[in-house]
Amino acid sequence: MNKSKTIVIVVVLGLIVSASLWYGQHNGLLPIAAANEADLYDSLFNSLLTIAVAIFLLVQGILIYSMIKFRRPKGDNTDGEPIHDNFLLEIIWTAVPTVLVIWVGIYSFDVYSVMQNGRPMSMGMGMPAMTHNHLGMEAAHADSLVSDSNIIESANTASNVKANVKTETDPLNIDVLGMQFAWIFSYPNTEIQTSELHVPLGREVKLNLSAADVIHAFWVPQFRLKQDTIPGMATSLQFTPNKLGTYPIVCAELCGPYHGGMRAEIFVETPEQYQAWLTQEQEDVANSRNDGAIASAPSPELSDGHTEFLHMQLTTQSQKMGVDLKSLESLHHLTSHT
Amino acid sequence: MTQVIVQAPSSESFEPNKSSDKGKWREYFSFSTDHKVIGIQYLVTTFFFYLIGGALASVIRAELATPDSDLVPPELYNGLFTIHGTVMIFLWIVPAVTGGFGNYLIPLMIGARDMAFPKLNAAAFWLIPPAGVLLISSFFYGPSSTGWTAYPPLSILTDQRVGQAVWIASIIILGTSSILAAVNFVVTILSMRMPGMGMFDMPLFCWSVLSASGLVLIATPVLAGAMILLGFDLLAGTAFFNPTGGGNPVVYQHLFWFYSHPAVYVMILPVFGIISEVLPVHSRKPIFGYKAIAYSSVIICVLGLVVWAHHMFTSGTPNWLRMFFMIATLLVAVPTGIKVFSWIATLWGGKLRLESPLLFAIGFISMFVVGGLSGVMLGSVPIDIHLHDTYFIVAHFHYVLFGGSVFGIYAGIYHWFPKMTGKMLNEFWGKVHFFLTFVGFNLCFLPMHLLGLQGMPRRVAQYDPQFASINVICTIGAFLLAISTFPFLFNAIFSWIRGEKATDNPWNGLTLEWTTSSPPIVENWHGDPVRRTGPYDYGMGLQDTEQPLAPTH
Repeated sequence: MNKSKTIVIVVVLGLIVSASLWYGQHNGLLPIAAANEADLYDSLFNSLLTIAVAIFLLVQGILIYSMIKFRRPKGDNTDGEPIHDNFLLEIIWTAVPTVLVIWVGIYSFDVYSVMQNGRPMSMGMGMPAMTHNHLGMEAAHADSLVSDSNIIESANTASNVKANVKTETDPLNIDVLGMQFAWIFSYPNTEIQTSELHVPLGREVKLNLSAADVIHAFWVPQFRLKQDTIPGMATSLQFTPNKLGTYPIVCAELCGPYHGGMRAEIFVETPEQYQAWLTQEQEDVANSRNDGAIASAPSPELSDGHTEFLHMQLTTQSQKMGVDLKSLESLHHLTSHT
Repeated sequence: MTQVIVQAPSSESFEPNKSSDKGKWREYFSFSTDHKVIGIQYLVTTFFFYLIGGALASVIRAELATPDSDLVPPELYNGLFTIHGTVMIFLWIVPAVTGGFGNYLIPLMIGARDMAFPKLNAAAFWLIPPAGVLLISSFFYGPSSTGWTAYPPLSILTDQRVGQAVWIASIIILGTSSILAAVNFVVTILSMRMPGMGMFDMPLFCWSVLSASGLVLIATPVLAGAMILLGFDLLAGTAFFNPTGGGNPVVYQHLFWFYSHPAVYVMILPVFGIISEVLPVHSRKPIFGYKAIAYSSVIICVLGLVVWAHHMFTSGTPNWLRMFFMIATLLVAVPTGIKVFSWIATLWGGKLRLESPLLFAIGFISMFVVGGLSGVMLGSVPIDIHLHDTYFIVAHFHYVLFGGSVFGIYAGIYHWFPKMTGKMLNEFWGKVHFFLTFVGFNLCFLPMHLLGLQGMPRRVAQYDPQFASINVICTIGAFLLAISTFPFLFNAIFSWIRGEKATDNPWNGLTLEWTTSSPPIVENWHGDPVRRTGPYDYGMGLQDTEQPLAPTH
């Protein structure tokens, strides 16, 4: 190989690497990140995208170059050079991807562990492992990533939390019931049942998920978190919201004809706003106890037709099952604590 | 192994395109045991179902052109994507790449006169049309609307009980057909190679079909079991998967994906084989790294059996399970990468004949790499948790199954059409077909990555209006893709009837199918087939040698 050829190759590779590094950091493909878990996710995603873009450019570049450079001249019926293999090349393109995917595996494992709140994995645990995961085990292998994620939390947030939430270390438990085609959120130790989810900023939230009829999936794209809700099986999801705002809750598992309409909203509020909302809701519950209706504020994103539909669904569903939501809830408590 | 000799044909009367061939078309509607007739039966039948699946896709994309559910009723919309997925997988790609190309090419490539079990072969094919008609007919009384995955309890509690039952029945029939075909391939490849042809003298297509058939044999019975249990839950009120009776819906997911992930490799491995055949012929170079490609098919087959739960990262699976399946999934990238790099090295320094077969083959590599890279990203558990069941997944598997399998099938059709029909396809319309397909495909599916990342779930008829404009682009791409089929269809029909006559070996290929007439006679060769070169000995000045060669690999 002559010198100028080497220079060209080095320059091209350099361009590919810098282009993919730049795109990996500036892709803008993801929605805003509104939870600590989402920030972790985004750095992993950007790294993987960087590698993917580099390989993409390399392969497509060689393909296009080959199509131009090695195109058969008209009338040339000869064959190409009979090269059958090249040991060094083959070792390289076996070893490099192997190292890359092992690195991806380790990095993903790390991020996943931290997303599971730095607790050790529940090796060999039973099926509803997500639930068993959090049985008070201390952060045994909390590594550097944990501190990273804490730094991301704004100082402002942290002080708010300290001022207003007494048991900061305990996650805020909320029960979530998925049913065709709505979400119902119950706040433990209160009688609040709503169709919208309110959580305070900066506090770890633990959702205890269950399903009334078929499988649904609870997904907040801005948190990068998703978990199926499965009838007869308790699952859970933990996250720490770190940006004020309203985000969609999307059902991501096909659950019937109106699957696309099964949406709700999560409101990430300051702890003060959250407390105010909680108080208000508790008063509402007390006032409307006679009606026996569940408090379900219409979600603003859906049109009137959809809201009506959801109300109708809630009523018909519970009638169809011959149970009211209260008994369903107690049922759920039984299953999730056994 | 004795080769099956049906009857001694009077060879002279089987010269192609003679008047005696009039009425030969009737053979294609008969219970023929000729592997070539069966291969073409598979290809034509499955292409017909491909058109139906494509029509369903067009309605789906028309519905998704607007954020509201306004074109078809929501139940029907779910039926559309359920049947679309089922048709494309079970009635198009799986039978086309195994039954179609496998049947036509395997005996020709290994110098056999037919498949090992010709009657079984015909029986396997004739299970497909009734199963397909059964499935499509469910549109008259409400099709299954629970997705091609048919997760319980939804599939047990569904309102379309008849449609769901019919869906289960057709899957069982199609699975049976697939198993019968796979038995035939394994036996044929292992025991009916011509004298002197070792395993490593076979064309790589045979290796890939062997690997895919192994997967079918191990995995498909599990699917059949799952379907039977699901049928009992649906019709007899049992509770294998129904939680209200103590069943476990997640067990169904394990059984389903134990087949349905390997099914992806069943759909792509034979196409890898097609690409390994097309590239050397049209680049005029030996395939690069024969043994590495052959072994990587086998490794993909083995690894492919232990990655199924990566479809269930959000299903409440234990953490250790998620980690195991993540590592196994990521490792699949290594043998797949070996293949891709070997193909690129085959192109490098060749004399590329940039006509339709090679264009589709290069298009395959280019698009499959995109699907492979997004697949590696999805293999990572945290990444998948956000993207599972979103349009990113839809984009990913269409890059693998359309950009991969369908581009590869087209490459194979353009490559072997002269052999199969004795006629050349029109090159101009072939290029038109390629460019329309390439542009339409990318326009339709590339933006879906963004949709999924931004938060649009799959299998919805109504979606957040913020995604409206990107969906319009996808829909335009889908319509372009639908239109792109017509140049091919007319080209194929017109060329078959009155196209330019093809010579026995129009591409100067070295594999054995090019040593017989186009189309080949019954029993494939007049005398015994003769192997003058290895399958990929391009550029070694051996094409005109009269002496049979010793094995080169």
